[in-house]
Amino acid sequence: MSSTPATTRREGPPATAEESRPTEVRIEPTKGWISLNIKELWEYRELLYFLTWRDIKVRYKQTVLGAAWAIIQPFFTMVVFSLFFGKLAKVPSDNVPYPIFSYAALVPWTFFANGLTSSSNSVVGSRSLVTKIYFPRLLVPLGTVTSGAVDFVLAFIVLLAMMAFYGIAPTMNVLWLPLLLVLAFITSLGVGLWFAALNVQFRDVRHVVPFITQFWLFATPVAWASSMLPQPWRTLYAINPMAGVVEGFRWALIGTKTQPGPMIAVSSVVAVVLLVSGAFYFRRMERTFADVV
Amino acid sequence: MNDIAVQVRDLGKKYRIGALEEGRRTLRETLTDALATPFRKAGSLLSGNASGAAGMEEEIWALKDISFDVPRGQVLGIIGKNGAGKSTLLKVLSRITEPTEGFIEIRGRVGSLLEVGTGFHPELTGRENVYLNGAILGMGRTEIDAKFDQIVAFAEVERFLDTPVKYYSSGMYVRLAFAVAAHLEPEILVVDEVLSVGDAAFQQKCLGKMGDVAQSGRTVLFVSHNMGAVTDLCDRAILLEGGQVTMDDGPAEVVSHYLTSGGETSAVWRRPESGEDEPAEAAVRSVRVLSEDGLPEAVIPFDRSFDVEIEYEIREPTRDLVIVAGLWSYRGFLWQSWDTDTTGLRGKVREPGSYVSRCRVPAGLVRPGRYSVTVVAHVPNVEVVESWHHVLTFDVSQVGFRFDQDRAGSITPVLEWEVTRQDRAAPTLEATRS
Repeated sequence: MSSTPATTRREGPPATAEESRPTEVRIEPTKGWISLNIKELWEYRELLYFLTWRDIKVRYKQTVLGAAWAIIQPFFTMVVFSLFFGKLAKVPSDNVPYPIFSYAALVPWTFFANGLTSSSNSVVGSRSLVTKIYFPRLLVPLGTVTSGAVDFVLAFIVLLAMMAFYGIAPTMNVLWLPLLLVLAFITSLGVGLWFAALNVQFRDVRHVVPFITQFWLFATPVAWASSMLPQPWRTLYAINPMAGVVEGFRWALIGTKTQPGPMIAVSSVVAVVLLVSGAFYFRRMERTFADVV
Repeated sequence: MNDIAVQVRDLGKKYRIGALEEGRRTLRETLTDALATPFRKAGSLLSGNASGAAGMEEEIWALKDISFDVPRGQVLGIIGKNGAGKSTLLKVLSRITEPTEGFIEIRGRVGSLLEVGTGFHPELTGRENVYLNGAILGMGRTEIDAKFDQIVAFAEVERFLDTPVKYYSSGMYVRLAFAVAAHLEPEILVVDEVLSVGDAAFQQKCLGKMGDVAQSGRTVLFVSHNMGAVTDLCDRAILLEGGQVTMDDGPAEVVSHYLTSGGETSAVWRRPESGEDEPAEAAVRSVRVLSEDGLPEAVIPFDRSFDVEIEYEIREPTRDLVIVAGLWSYRGFLWQSWDTDTTGLRGKVREPGSYVSRCRVPAGLVRPGRYSVTVVAHVPNVEVVESWHHVLTFDVSQVGFRFDQDRAGSITPVLEWEVTRQDRAAPTLEATRS
């Protein structure tokens, strides 16, 4: 590049300090790994709010059962699991009734799996936005996963009702629940970011994701208990972050005596690695989104 | 120099065009390719430039060595033929895609209007879409709150605010979308062809709004094929040809250069086989100017009629598809004519197939000079399927032009006149008296 005129930083025009957006922008080719630009994400938080709000509003439009779908999905999976794994196969369930044992795991699992599926398709699905307007692209998968929180809350209410039905009172450990939900969120978004960026180039991802989610479901102790594994394998097993989330949920809510602390610690580390690597990979690929999608 | 709002230096943008489709010759090649491609693709995945087909692509520079400055408050028109790089330039300017080389410095908040209705969701109501679209265009919630009534009044959709926009007529939809965009108040506004939507009255309203924006001292970068609007609204224009700036001057100078001396005359245009995405509904194949004997002719005598013939293909049954022929002179748009005007096709579903629409321009209508032809395929108030601007340039010659050269006006119709004298009685009476 030829000698560029020295650019001094300039404040925006003094009279129009209406927005906190940067008033001076330099557009030039970027190479390799680039920063996540968290500051800019924060400046666009209102857009994140609107994108999430749109996803929530639109999700059950023109469906007969509406928001009931948020419950049907985990609930009937629980019914099937209870029948085959609980009744027929007699899978041990840490001394709690099998239905609630599996449902307590299915609630965070469904949040994770739906977040993963929808965020994987989010950038491709927002093609018209991505090719027409600038905004931090990270908001697209971020908004998609966030909007799943509504479904989570609905399914969670059913979980509380089931606990009342089985007469299970939550322990003080429920205070950990928000953190466990964050862990599920991070995992979902982390993997979702990888897939969303890959999906732009390779539509194979669309076919891979359902397969992976299905596989992952059985690789996670949803239908069975990780206490079936001896230590130290059980802790090591938590490199699947959803294992930590699921066992954590059971421990915090229905009081299984599994002491999942080490598992959650391992899971958290893996989840954060997934998120950070996913975000950087996404940022790296993002420059070609508008040309390729 | 604080009064430069946009500074563009040595800007270049390279695109890769995959050559996979044509590249296959033998079964063996196809097979080895099929086996090797996933590995090559996987290898290029992490390199950051994965385009899905490593090593099998052609490169084209959509923009090359572009440099210009836009002072604060200037309205800059950007004109050029289809494929000259205008849209790519706007995309780079509005940060949708990255340049390959060079840089742009922008001082001020940018709002870009590359297509109205970006982010509109059919299931959401008009009210909800105003907020969503506003946020996408970069307005804050308080800002939208403050302008909400204005936006709704401008769009004239008060009664349907709480109806999902999928039930809107296409006219209402476009009006609401434009209204949101028009109330964006950035310091630098980037606009592309928004004026091609809506009915004539609404277009006029949009032009008025553009004029207001231009006069309010904001910096505007305006891409348009509407030469009249460029001449009226802009302080300056640049002409893009083949991805490069070939002229940078006052709008009148650039527009007239573009329309008149810009290239040779030609009577036949064929769609370039660039492999560019063709619209799903219909595609224009060729445009020709034909003399009275039905042969392509780039010089038409003034006293002879001529035909504009458009060959196109319809791929999907499309209701109310209109093929438009338009004629430009250096003064601006002269006229447009729609093939639905006289054929009874208006409002009908056009079935897939290959078609020719031909219109006859009567003798003695347009004055001698150089003209260019624009062809548009659109569905009125819904969408522009394709537009090809200034694809042909031809001359109307002096031959047969029997009258004074320098009369005013854009057209010179040969009209019937009747001349009678009134200060005396009728000559027949006179004759009998004498």
